[in-house]
Amino acid sequence: MTPAPPPPWRRPDPALLRLRRLLVLLLVALPGAIGSLVLAVPAGGAGVLAGLAATAACSGLLLLAVERRYAAWGYLERDDDLLVRRGVLVRRTSVVPYGRMQYVDVTAGPLARRFDLAMVTLHTAAAATDASIPGLRTDEAARLRDRLAALGEARQAGV
Amino acid sequence: MTADPAEQDGWARLHPLTPLLRGGRFALVLLAVVGQQGLRDSPGRAAAVLLAVGVPAGALAGWLSWRAMRYRVTPTELQVESGVLFRRSRRVPLARVQAVDVVRPFYARVLGLAELRLEVVGAGDAEAPLAFLPDERAGALRTQLLDLAAGRERAGDAPAPEPDRVLVVVPTGPLVWSTLLGAPLVSVVVLGPLLLGALAVGAEAAATVVVSAAPVLLGVGSLAVRRILSEYGFTVAESPDGLRLRHGLLDTRSQTIPPGRVQAIRIREPLLWRRFGWVRVEVDVAGYSGGGEDQAGGGALLPVAPRELADALVARVLGGPLPVADVAVPPAARWRAPLQHRRLRIGLDDGHVVATSGVVTTTTDIAPRAKVQSLRTTQGPYERRLGLATLHVDTAGRRLPGAVLAHRDAGEAATLLELLSRRMAPAAP
Repeated sequence: MTPAPPPPWRRPDPALLRLRRLLVLLLVALPGAIGSLVLAVPAGGAGVLAGLAATAACSGLLLLAVERRYAAWGYLERDDDLLVRRGVLVRRTSVVPYGRMQYVDVTAGPLARRFDLAMVTLHTAAAATDASIPGLRTDEAARLRDRLAALGEARQAGV
Repeated sequence: MTADPAEQDGWARLHPLTPLLRGGRFALVLLAVVGQQGLRDSPGRAAAVLLAVGVPAGALAGWLSWRAMRYRVTPTELQVESGVLFRRSRRVPLARVQAVDVVRPFYARVLGLAELRLEVVGAGDAEAPLAFLPDERAGALRTQLLDLAAGRERAGDAPAPEPDRVLVVVPTGPLVWSTLLGAPLVSVVVLGPLLLGALAVGAEAAATVVVSAAPVLLGVGSLAVRRILSEYGFTVAESPDGLRLRHGLLDTRSQTIPPGRVQAIRIREPLLWRRFGWVRVEVDVAGYSGGGEDQAGGGALLPVAPRELADALVARVLGGPLPVADVAVPPAARWRAPLQHRRLRIGLDDGHVVATSGVVTTTTDIAPRAKVQSLRTTQGPYERRLGLATLHVDTAGRRLPGAVLAHRDAGEAATLLELLSRRMAPAAP
């Protein structure tokens, strides 16, 4: 009997990357640009250029970071447990057995909802458990939630 | 006198003195405030009004809330109903009970009363504390609840309290000395020379030192006194209901932890205790909130004891010999944890994970593998450079962090993650 190939890691939806990029533009690039233009009043043309350059540099770095962070997310549904990995600077991997889950949360903020995204969070009896998966399509989030809940019920081990 | 319909169908009330005990503290505060006001102002009319209105109003509120509160035990649940304006009906499923405490605050002890507290998973606070009950009622109720929770049948109506076998009694001498050999000693050692130096400079400087050190000393002292009062006469006993911990001088507390409810254990060996060979053992049970009253107890399983005794007790509580933590971290770890890398050792067998750490206080964390809730590896940038990773073994309960296997070889951490996760999810019961 040949062992089945390991199932591939699944990723958050690319819409999450778009959302994060949009946030960088809205919260950093846009205020930076406006600030630079306001700076023109006391500092003149050189000030505007410096401001714009700084804004562009910051935004570029943040966009890069957002991209790498996005690429680091992944989750894997195995037979008995769920693996979640994330983080660029500090890399984290969490393993939560289905039988240990106390409940599953699906949350979505107003912006995430516009992108049809939701976050699934797993809770166990241990406060330190930090398994959450952001940026899932709403239907994928619902599927995952239902599957986790069903598996959790079937394998509930108690505390 | 069973005319009261509220007491039929197995429903029972708390002891009638409950409102007095509950309101007693509040009344004292009120009296203090009023008294102060009365002394300062003209023999206060406001004070008189407050007393004349506040005391009867408080008494009425207490009586009403006592009347509204009732409880009953069914084969599967403890049911508690309370509340005058907002009725609250609580059902505590007995299968989820993690521990049962009988607490006797000093003022309640005088009257022969006790409070019964059920610790339940996921509850922020003790679920449905029954305060106050007559002593023997609290004991009988505890036995009944633990029997029902464990699914034991017992013949006869009134269950006899289980006889328990005392395993350890902590003598007062080591308890007091070990408490003093901590923050109190350190603060004296630090502040003593400071005070002497200031005295040499002059009385004014000395006064400044005393005044500024007073809050620290008071804090340290009161913590030490509270700990001694709380852990006085610490007794560990074994009963068919589970492990029983009794302690306290003024307020006494008797905890019962049913078998298999221990989530994690920590053995601490502070630097100053080392030459006496003493250690402190702490235990975590899911459901204890960790704050408030529990804090003084600190979750001790054994406040101070010789190492061998502690090890034997821990092995007994966890049901089997423990693995020796003898697997060291790779040499690269000395760059990440230069002070404690020698202490960072782990041990592993079929039943338990053991990890030691600590620079000043040697800490041994033990997590039963069947109790692990989740596993996490983290790898910071520096650890990555050195080829290291840290594995967190998460357990339920809020006092202890489970076991942290710090700065292992990255490959070893990945293997351990795989190995531990396989044993974590036992087949459905």
